[in-house]
Amino acid sequence: MNGGSEETLATGVLGEGRHDPGTPPAGLRRAPAGVDGLTTEHLIINMGPQHPSTHGVLRVLVEVDGEEVVAAEVSVGYLHRGIEKLAEYRRYDAVGTLLDRGDYISGMMAELAFALATEQLMDVEVPRKAHWLRSLASEINRITSHLIWYGTFGLDAGGMGQFLYGMRDREALLDILEALSGSRMMFNYIRPGGVLADMPTGLDAKIRAFLGTFDQYLDEHDQLLGGNEIFQARVKGVGVIDRSTALAFGLTGSNLRGAGVDFDVRKARPYAAYPELDFEVPLGTNGDAWDRYNVRMAEMRQSARMIGQLIDGMPEGPHMAKVPRIIRPRAGEVYASVESTRGETGIHLVSDGTEHPYRMHYRGPSLFAAQALEEILPGHLIADVVVIIGSTDVMLGEIDR
Amino acid sequence: MAIERLTGEHSMLFVRSEQLFDLARRHSLWYLSFGIACCAIEGLMSTSGPRFDFDRMGVFPRSSPRQVDVMIVAGTVNKKMAETVKRLYDQMPEPKWVIAMGSCASTGGPFREYPNVVLGVDKIVPVDVYVPGCPPRPESVQYAFIQLQKKIAKRTEERLAARNG
Ligand code: SF4
Repeated sequence: MNGGSEETLATGVLGEGRHDPGTPPAGLRRAPAGVDGLTTEHLIINMGPQHPSTHGVLRVLVEVDGEEVVAAEVSVGYLHRGIEKLAEYRRYDAVGTLLDRGDYISGMMAELAFALATEQLMDVEVPRKAHWLRSLASEINRITSHLIWYGTFGLDAGGMGQFLYGMRDREALLDILEALSGSRMMFNYIRPGGVLADMPTGLDAKIRAFLGTFDQYLDEHDQLLGGNEIFQARVKGVGVIDRSTALAFGLTGSNLRGAGVDFDVRKARPYAAYPELDFEVPLGTNGDAWDRYNVRMAEMRQSARMIGQLIDGMPEGPHMAKVPRIIRPRAGEVYASVESTRGETGIHLVSDGTEHPYRMHYRGPSLFAAQALEEILPGHLIADVVVIIGSTDVMLGEIDR
Repeated sequence: MAIERLTGEHSMLFVRSEQLFDLARRHSLWYLSFGIACCAIEGLMSTSGPRFDFDRMGVFPRSSPRQVDVMIVAGTVNKKMAETVKRLYDQMPEPKWVIAMGSCASTGGPFREYPNVVLGVDKIVPVDVYVPGCPPRPESVQYAFIQLQKKIAKRTEERLAARNG
């Protein structure tokens, strides 16, 4: 730990010389730089960490032969800030604050995974209402996250309008989340034992009003971006992640379902209120960027459907089980996972019976998608690189932790 | 003000060129669209979205550091990233300003105890406005821009006073 030591430029915050962003890492030049009169010399292009289309601080080094990518290397770590390590110094009800900042546009899911893991070591009966509120919060959060993806994916492909429309709907949902949890983005709402607060009066009407127009808006969104011929030309057949590649890289979420593999943690290992909800898992066929687009758009529809069911059937009762003020789970090792916006988000928790976790591992699905990029980028044109990165919907906070 | 008098056909306005340029600068603060972490969603995306719409203040994102006046450091800067932040700052043309958005950019925030995190971006680049919050609401960022505009106005006055005095 820092121990309050103040570092200045003079003492070397920048770590001069230790890491030079100008030099490509050894091992990138996998393809030969052929100069035989017919082929041009390969060029290495550095993309990121400051790039408007890398969705954060992803850095990709692409080696190009003319316009074509022949090799790619993904470099991560520009946002590493020790979420796993710091969790060992937080109490159980405060770890959620760190996890919110992992996958920061869908914080509810990581909180839920942590709560589920802790509850396995606590022998606590989570009230039925808490389960429903957890699902409700997760689904609302899933739509907000998908709307950001929708807006920025369009930006990557060269559109602007869809971003504004997507953000409009997202703001409406953020108001709902704020009423529910008190914050627009960093919730710490789902705690071990239940949820922080009950639904405020009148919120169900607000959610219903939102749902009343959302399906129509969603059709509009789909028309605006997916109905655009230029967009279709840029995503169809681009960035194919086929079944075997997806499985080999351990992809989950829409990236896996786009390839036609039917795996959704909400169905495979049901948690919260999902066993009682009626929803479908949309699947793609080829695993190209267009399939992933369609899967995510369909997922938003399903989420809206689930929110409707959750509001209608919201049970009565307490929203929090009786848990001690300072949670001390029994010693043990557990794993719990949820279907987050990007795939299976899991928490591997080791407890030694004290008030702090002994070790917490955060399994984020984006890291696997980022690794797969090295495999799928070669063979595409430079212009496709941003579209492919956008279509995998990677989240840097979760990759670097 | 009698704006008609100023915009009339034969009207003339005498102003120092630096006053005029600073006036223009103040109302077209283009920022670098450079999101590092969570704060980028609130500080760069929501703000350019339809509800908060910073465009109406002349605040507009550009992707290249060569075209911007302001850098919003929106997120946790770690030691690997610090070099890039410094390099981007160096690439911006003068005059330039920096807004440290969020507790992370101001002090290290919730990750302060972690040795890899730079304890405030003012360790590597000079900061003009600090915005507290984790993440600050878009309204706070708006306020930060208003403060920055005031700061620029003050700069003009001070320079004029120094010249005249
Ligand atoms: S201040 Fe909070 S919201 Fe902003 S980057 Fe740091 S942790 Fe994220």
